[in-house]
Amino acid sequence: MIARGHDAVIDEVKASGLRGRGGAGFPTGLKWSFMPKNDSRPSYLAVNADESEPGTCKDREIMRHDPHLLIEGALLAGFAMRAHTSYIYIRGEFIAEREILQAAIDEAYDAKLIGKDNVNGWDFDLYVHHGAGAYICGEETALLESLEGKKGQPRLKPPFPANCGLYGAPTTVNNVETIASVPDILRRGATWFASLGRPNNTGTKLYCISGHVNEPCTVEEEMGIPLRELIDYYAGGVRGGWDNLLAIIPGGSSVPCITADVCDTVLMDFDSLKEAGTALGTGGIIVMDKSTDMIRAIARISYFYKHESCGQCTPCREGTGWMWRVLERMANGEAEKAEIEMLLDVSYQVEGHTICALGDAAAWPVQGLIKNFRHVIEERIDQKATKPISPSVPVAAE
Amino acid sequence: MSVRRLAAEQPEGFAFTPENLDWAKAEIKKYPEGRQASAVLSLLWRAQEQMGGWISEPALRAVADMLGMAYIRVYEIVTFYTMFNLAPVGRYYVQVCGTTPCMLRGAEDIKDACRKHIGPKDTVSKDGMFSWTEVECLGACVNAPMAQINKYYYEDLTPENFESILKRLRKGEHVEPGPQNGRKTSAPLSGPNTLTDASIYANDTSGPAFGCAGPALVDAEAKRPGAAANVREAAVPKPPLKKPSVKKPRPS
Repeated sequence: MIARGHDAVIDEVKASGLRGRGGAGFPTGLKWSFMPKNDSRPSYLAVNADESEPGTCKDREIMRHDPHLLIEGALLAGFAMRAHTSYIYIRGEFIAEREILQAAIDEAYDAKLIGKDNVNGWDFDLYVHHGAGAYICGEETALLESLEGKKGQPRLKPPFPANCGLYGAPTTVNNVETIASVPDILRRGATWFASLGRPNNTGTKLYCISGHVNEPCTVEEEMGIPLRELIDYYAGGVRGGWDNLLAIIPGGSSVPCITADVCDTVLMDFDSLKEAGTALGTGGIIVMDKSTDMIRAIARISYFYKHESCGQCTPCREGTGWMWRVLERMANGEAEKAEIEMLLDVSYQVEGHTICALGDAAAWPVQGLIKNFRHVIEERIDQKATKPISPSVPVAAE
Repeated sequence: MSVRRLAAEQPEGFAFTPENLDWAKAEIKKYPEGRQASAVLSLLWRAQEQMGGWISEPALRAVADMLGMAYIRVYEIVTFYTMFNLAPVGRYYVQVCGTTPCMLRGAEDIKDACRKHIGPKDTVSKDGMFSWTEVECLGACVNAPMAQINKYYYEDLTPENFESILKRLRKGEHVEPGPQNGRKTSAPLSGPNTLTDASIYANDTSGPAFGCAGPALVDAEAKRPGAAANVREAAVPKPPLKKPSVKKPRPS
């Protein structure tokens, strides 16, 4: 595969239509082609294994069950973008996974599959870099900051990492699942990969089905599989039957939820979910049945974003905490109806006004809640209003 | 953002043990010349392990000196990354995941069990054996609810089996990490329902010839460090899953 040359590998990946599996769905081959070809600086490949999106546990499976696939993919990707060094940034909590991955890398070094003068003819060093518990380090520039030994605060783009990334050198950051798809694309050909799924949404994807299903599990399936088939066939169905379904968050906590009637027909891929007003994200499906307190579930997600905001941009640092406090009050019914509109407005103020996408990610679940479950919030406020209320205490921002 | 400060009471000094010092020097070599600051996270991790689960001010000064970093930079890092504990923790440090996917499946009950058996959050129990805290998503949502005890994940918890884990740890017994309800990693509880047909590998010419490595790997068991990837660890393959009847034809 390596004998075919750098550009042939990139072209094959481009032709396969592989889109990044980390959430944004950027075409991988295109991303690789941004890397400069004649540059005196060394190039780097960073593999993003900082999997922390609530609802997602796919990269963990690749790293603990098939670490050699990841190593092979990293070698091929590194070759394609002319990188001799690669770092796998693994999240701090995955200690067992790091040990497994490190053992596999040691084996690969011993077998001369990677390293200097290896059998593949492309010098390639692969290191595991261990994080320490920061969701934001899954953002590519924050990951690079963290790799350089700083606080993981995202950088302004441009310059993009392909021009000025790790240590100021050209760098590409790819998700574990993306990298692990590469060996099979090259082995079986781009047409094979493109024949799976739908146009513009090709290949297979790991789906993690969690929440109120009978048998939560992680499965690999074709892109564009109907959401209902995924849940009924693989995850043993919704707890209490399909009719007991309230809502689903289809792509990790940062995408808006969809209601049961949308879930009947929606297909699991980038474009279909976009049409439904949500996103594929990471493929972490969180199922909620009718026993769920929707407001509290979203308030907990808001707390997550408040906790994980890096504190760099004001709209996110202050906005996430503000949204969480309002949602907590709404969950208890201690709010005014006018505040729903205000909350929606604040979420739009946060969205798109920050350096990285964490601001958007914090705003979308709130918008999804208000869009689909405004009546629930209103009912709860009405219910509380018939009872004596305690005067609301002003809370200062922290 | 979470606001974190160093502990009020600090020990006298800190020095890496000789083994850890050698390890740290090897770790620094992973990064290019002049970029030794990259190793700060792994050195802090090792310091935390050596200290018994937390990082003291002398320790962070020692790491900063080793890497030629300003103290304030390392201070920034230990307060930014939430896995560095800035105050002593129990011998078994329990981190319960409380984010929505775990919350939906009963993380509140696990937290109640912690309050009952260990005590208030972020305080070390009287015997020094336990302390617990609530953390954000640990990335094992399919095995919710779950908790990390020291290094490893304990998954598919119920208040009952969680209490029994705590009791056994208190007695000094070893408790095997992983799912506590008998399932294999993140496969469905009743057994894998994908790739159960060995014949699908018959036409695959990419690997060794069919039959060389035995039948297809159906077991979802994790590969252990040191074992080759193509060695099956389970003694017998699992029986195929009963096909649920709900499978609908896929729209073409």
